[in-house]
Amino acid sequence: MSRPRTLYDKIWDAHVVHEADDGTCLIYIDRHLVHEVTSPQAFEGLRMAGRSVRAPEKTIAVPDHNVPTTVDREQGIANKESRIQVEALETNARDFGIVYYGVNDVRQGIVHIIGPEQGWTQPGLTIVCGDSHTATHGAFGALAHGIGTSEVEHVLATQTLIQKKSRNMKVEVTGSLGPGVTAKDITLSIIGATGAAGGTGHVIEYCGQAIRELTMEGRMTVCNMAIEGGARAGLVAPDDKTFDYVRGRSHAPKGAAWEAALAHWKTLGTDPGAEFDKEIVLKGEEIAPVVTWGTSPEDVLPITGTVPHPDSFDAGKAGAVQRSLEYMGLSPGTRLADIEIDTVFIGSCTNARIEDLRDVARVMRGRRVKDGIRAMIVPGSGLVRAQAEEEGIAQELQEAGFEWRMAGCSMCLAMNPDQLAPGERCASTSNRNFEGRQGRGGRTHLLSPAMAAAAAVTGRLSDVRELV
Amino acid sequence: MERFERVSGIAAPMPLVNIDTDMIIPKQFLKTIKRSGLGVNLFDEMRFDENGDEIPDFVLNRPAYRNAEILVAGDNFGCGSSREHAPWALRDFGIKVVVSTSFADIFYNNCFKNGILPVALPKDQVDFLMDDAEKGENARITVDLESQTVSTSDGTTFRFEVDPFRKHCLLEGLDDIGLTLKKMDAIEAYEQRAQLRSPWI
Repeated sequence: MSRPRTLYDKIWDAHVVHEADDGTCLIYIDRHLVHEVTSPQAFEGLRMAGRSVRAPEKTIAVPDHNVPTTVDREQGIANKESRIQVEALETNARDFGIVYYGVNDVRQGIVHIIGPEQGWTQPGLTIVCGDSHTATHGAFGALAHGIGTSEVEHVLATQTLIQKKSRNMKVEVTGSLGPGVTAKDITLSIIGATGAAGGTGHVIEYCGQAIRELTMEGRMTVCNMAIEGGARAGLVAPDDKTFDYVRGRSHAPKGAAWEAALAHWKTLGTDPGAEFDKEIVLKGEEIAPVVTWGTSPEDVLPITGTVPHPDSFDAGKAGAVQRSLEYMGLSPGTRLADIEIDTVFIGSCTNARIEDLRDVARVMRGRRVKDGIRAMIVPGSGLVRAQAEEEGIAQELQEAGFEWRMAGCSMCLAMNPDQLAPGERCASTSNRNFEGRQGRGGRTHLLSPAMAAAAAVTGRLSDVRELV
Repeated sequence: MERFERVSGIAAPMPLVNIDTDMIIPKQFLKTIKRSGLGVNLFDEMRFDENGDEIPDFVLNRPAYRNAEILVAGDNFGCGSSREHAPWALRDFGIKVVVSTSFADIFYNNCFKNGILPVALPKDQVDFLMDDAEKGENARITVDLESQTVSTSDGTTFRFEVDPFRKHCLLEGLDDIGLTLKKMDAIEAYEQRAQLRSPWI
């Protein structure tokens, strides 16, 4: 009998094209997602070398990072550099025969939202994109990770990547989540426990009852932030929820192909007795709604906590904490629930799917965004936007005081006009609280959509459990 | 790609953990469709104030370190986004080696594609090199890829590990795509097997 294997081992083994004596492998890539920011130099490289795209039918392209999110974008993108980048993507997609979802296509959206939405994302596949949050697709039991532009070019030209296998890490979340606690609180709490480099060199498999109980969208939120804990990729073994989500989508297998795919997908789980190089366990019922207080996603605490003192960290981190607190304008000992905010951003590949918007609507029902707070919702795709409009959520949220935007990455990385001003403090459902991430001098607190809604109501970071 | 053999130059100390790619090259400079010219924006928001004037305290603005070719940094250097603009900006500025206890995976990979050598060493050795780098331009560090060593001007030498394949590519300045295209037979054979095994893909 063969050695028990992890889910990661199985997907890896099935994609090895060539293995050198030193363990360096050539890995086949089943799906390649391309956006406007990290691809122009790759296409230019292909042209200069006279190379073509090896498998255009396995590649999709969508502009998301620097598209405006105001309705007037249909008239064109005002910022010249952004416009050039988006036009370059469109030209490259056309010239190389790649499926392209343009800015005015209702299917346009954040690349990691539309992959699953269109059924491009399926269990057992290898999926790459020139974007670190590609780990999102791991929620389907696919091996998905971010790559740099040179690797984008490599995949375009060869449909493969040169890789060495990562180590296996297991993150188990036992039990059930309490009321008001969401997938975002799970993933931030894991990073709090492991640190921002805790997963470096590893592929994480998330498992346990609390992960099983999450919806597909919740699992995407968890896997999305695997990179924030340093891991290359995060995975969840596929189950009936996964299959139900994929079934019937545009690019999902149909008919006999579906049955064959399903039979294979059902084998995609970690074998009993398979070994992991690193394991951690969190108790789901002990996870609280959390917020970040610093400038690394590892700087996270339950909302009931207080801003920590730099002296409570070891020497290497203490300096970074000191710098973080100065940047964030916070003093040790301040209650997190006393921190007043200026802005609420609901969006990003972490939290801009329909269930996230429903969570926000649930908290907002009968309530309004506090006067003086700027609150913005940027749906993850045109289809999410349309669905929220159909469900009546969009109208409710606008009446409650939110701006209702077009799809894109928006203020998650602030490459478009959606930015924070220096000193502006934001409750954000995005994935990074780095210095300057949402605009130079901007101060980011990461939290769940439900917690962001609570902050919008009270004007400060707040415990959503007091509102539900 | 340019070959990398050895660098002997000034090392700039950046004793900060989790230096992320947003710090290395902020997003407003990702709108370029070129690889070149990003050095002037390296560490932009740490290096320049809102008016575009240099912040004198920032290490690469200090006279001793303006021509640094090596960075010695805190843990988890290069975390965050996959932007290859980060190594492009470092290389364009003149940085050819980054020394830290650990690197984020994607950044680490991206360095090798751009002629930058990331050197991971144990904490006590990074601390030693950090202290040495604090001496300014008097402290020149030599990094030799062939022998896999980092040496300070007083002769202290540390050995580092590097993957043999990556070392070979960096020493020879090899183009990955060219190497992979030589394995086209294996790629085609894989595609045929995959088509039979999982035709839905």
